[in-house]
Amino acid sequence: MKHDFFEKNSMVLLIGILIVVSIGGLVEIAPLFLLNSTIEKVQGMRPYSPLELAGRDIYIREGCYNCHSQMIRSLRDEVERYGHYSLAAESMYDHPFQWGSKRTGPDLARVGGKYSDNWHVDHMHNPRSVVPESVMPGYPFLAKRKLEYGNMAERLKTLRLTGVPYTDEMIANAQADVVAQIKPDSAESKALAERYPKAQVRKFDGAQGDQPTELDAMIAYLQMLGTLVDFAKFDAAGPNLR
Amino acid sequence: MKATTSEEVIALSGATATIAAVIIGAIGAVLAIFGQDEVIRLHGALFLLAAAAGGYYVLTHPRQGGADEQAHYMDGPIKVATIAAVFWGIVGFLVGDIIAWQLAFPALNFDLPWTNFGRVRPVHTSAVIFAFGGNVLLATSLYVVQRTSRARIAGYWSPWFVIWGYQLFIVLAASSYVLGATEGKEYAEPEWYIDLWLTLVWVVYLLVFLGTLWKRKEPHIYVANWFYLAFIVTIAMLHIVNNLAIPVSFLGTKSYSLFSGVQDAMTQWWYGHNAVGFFLTAGFLGIMYYFIPKRVERPVYSYRLSIVHFWSLIFLYIWAGPHHLHYTALPDWTQTLGMTFSIMLWMPSWGGMINGLMTLSGAWDRLRTDPVVRLLVVSVAFYGMSTFEGPLMSIKSVNSLSHYTDWTIGHVHSGALGWVGMVSFGAIYCLVPWLWKRRGLYSLRLVEWHFWTATVGIVLYISAMWVSGITQGLMWRAYDKLGFLKYSFVETVEVMHWPYVIRATGGLLFLLGAVFMAINVWRTIRGEVSSDIADQPETAAAPELRHAATAVPAE
Amino acid sequence: MTYHAATVLSQTIALVLFVSLFLAIVAYAFWPGNKKKFDQAAQVPLEDKSDEPEGDGR
Repeated sequence: MKHDFFEKNSMVLLIGILIVVSIGGLVEIAPLFLLNSTIEKVQGMRPYSPLELAGRDIYIREGCYNCHSQMIRSLRDEVERYGHYSLAAESMYDHPFQWGSKRTGPDLARVGGKYSDNWHVDHMHNPRSVVPESVMPGYPFLAKRKLEYGNMAERLKTLRLTGVPYTDEMIANAQADVVAQIKPDSAESKALAERYPKAQVRKFDGAQGDQPTELDAMIAYLQMLGTLVDFAKFDAAGPNLR
Repeated sequence: MKATTSEEVIALSGATATIAAVIIGAIGAVLAIFGQDEVIRLHGALFLLAAAAGGYYVLTHPRQGGADEQAHYMDGPIKVATIAAVFWGIVGFLVGDIIAWQLAFPALNFDLPWTNFGRVRPVHTSAVIFAFGGNVLLATSLYVVQRTSRARIAGYWSPWFVIWGYQLFIVLAASSYVLGATEGKEYAEPEWYIDLWLTLVWVVYLLVFLGTLWKRKEPHIYVANWFYLAFIVTIAMLHIVNNLAIPVSFLGTKSYSLFSGVQDAMTQWWYGHNAVGFFLTAGFLGIMYYFIPKRVERPVYSYRLSIVHFWSLIFLYIWAGPHHLHYTALPDWTQTLGMTFSIMLWMPSWGGMINGLMTLSGAWDRLRTDPVVRLLVVSVAFYGMSTFEGPLMSIKSVNSLSHYTDWTIGHVHSGALGWVGMVSFGAIYCLVPWLWKRRGLYSLRLVEWHFWTATVGIVLYISAMWVSGITQGLMWRAYDKLGFLKYSFVETVEVMHWPYVIRATGGLLFLLGAVFMAINVWRTIRGEVSSDIADQPETAAAPELRHAATAVPAE
Repeated sequence: MTYHAATVLSQTIALVLFVSLFLAIVAYAFWPGNKKKFDQAAQVPLEDKSDEPEGDGR
């Protein structure tokens, strides 16, 4: 049997497969980028402050998404347990998304402000000291590790490339803003709050000193989750209806 | 007469392999010296080491060419992938069982970064899916495409590059998770440069596979190859799109996904569900369509059904992703599409199951006498079970209960342990005597033991997860007489303890079965005399050793 | 075009397209003229005379 370089039957098969497996993805994914109704217009969403972003990076590094979702479904019991159902707008700056797929632990989409910093410090150190039945691993090393944030400006710049609206000012101050968020009542922290409204400023891990730890970043991130959107001003039945 | 390989081709293949090794080694050296974090420096060193070892081998073992080279099938890379599959299988099952015990007894996390559940769970999922399953697919696809094409594999060094390059990918991925480098998307955790490396390996794999089809002496492309080709092509597409990311620095591990929020979620589950559909289903259906007919010496029940099966399966599967996102912030129309196509998917799945099972018609006694056939057939039965459960769970009202619970974990494992695991074990038990030219397996009795430990393990696993998943789902939505939520979250965690212990015990049995397999494979390769060779079917022997007892001379 | 009209239109087009695609494949698979070809193809895994590639016959 004669064979050409691009043998005909195999190429027909290859191209047939490519066409058949492309249709579903194109129909389901492409419109999500094109339809304006996919993401609601809400007030209050802003990019993560540098310290919060550092905390989010640690959250991903430790694989928290394996056991915790950040997506409250529009079901009665979930809304009563966790709060208002999650909006698409609330994760529009999340690269990658952290909706999760399994709740070995509870949903964290609105965990911000539910517990005190002290509770989080104890819980991270040894979860069973505050929740005896918990099966969560302890993360005592977070409190001992100094936060690495030397490339914070680069991280913000990279995220700006993906579409997160970080301004030049935010990028220029990225490094300093990490420290500013653990220094309450300082001039730097006031400037930070201007750039990132509702940013919470304090030494989150309860320790002395002005060196941010990984625990500072983690708790700063957890304490802001779900706190940005003002649901008093959100009307699900209004122009946001999909 | 066999064609000889020309001098030019030999020189070209040697030069290409050497240049590739030099380039990869140079990139590795740059990352090892200038890398900005310890993970990328370690991985740079690994790249350098692997390239040096590969380059050294290419230079010291020049290609001989000659008539003899093309006169045989190329089985060396397949042997490596088969042994790798057994090895990574045991690693993956072991890590899975460890994290299962961690959920029952959290002290086993040791509260260290490298041992905590969150970092180790991706090691388990990647090890079983990509390392174990991937090596089974590499080994069987390269075996099947050569035999059904009656042609030696295309390329000389490239098949070796695919096999060893893939092992390097596994080592890079697993080490990065433990050290805390991850993209944070399930089943797609490897960071950007590891993704690029896999893309390179995968493109060479596609070319090797296609090139072998181009050399074929059979007019028709056998249907198993259709499934393998769909698996290779679609995984390439899914991998590239879902892993689009921008690195913070080209000398660092960290990157951010190009997409965000709802679009990222949809892309991820389009990828995630089709990792199931094309990696864990289409590829393994290729195994079903070759190894069951081969082992029982009967053609597939209906070749025409297999054609309809193929096209409808690959068309429908790609739509199913949104059922992972019911009642979330994903638009309703996308959720509805995902649910509709998931339910329709039941039909081609069962068409394929019937085709696999009915291939045994007239040879049902083989189920009793040959535990390898039993592994292959029971795997198809599990396939039928999980492809019924899947569409059921994709219905929004059922999903509102099952999602986020262990029911999903149980469902995945009925497919992964029952279907993918069992069909892989069956294929490995077929392949080892065939590849190493043995009269049969070291022990058929040991296969029997493997079958029963694995089956009991799976049943314990799945039923424990049904109990815990449905219980937890019902507790989350339970209300008391006054209309308040009845249970706090942690009360539902407490109830999970005993199901978790039973699940981990089931996993331990499954692991034990795999250890039996490793012993059996090892002793077969060493050429130990089979104690029960008389009980083994003729098809257990390598092709050239069949009919030996009746002394029929080969043509 | 309203949202509703767009859905009806796209759903109708997709229905017709996908059903005809499916029918085309069923027709291809069960076309009497293809029977011999597929019966031969089904024997491919079982017919290897030896565990060696076939020569080019050149």
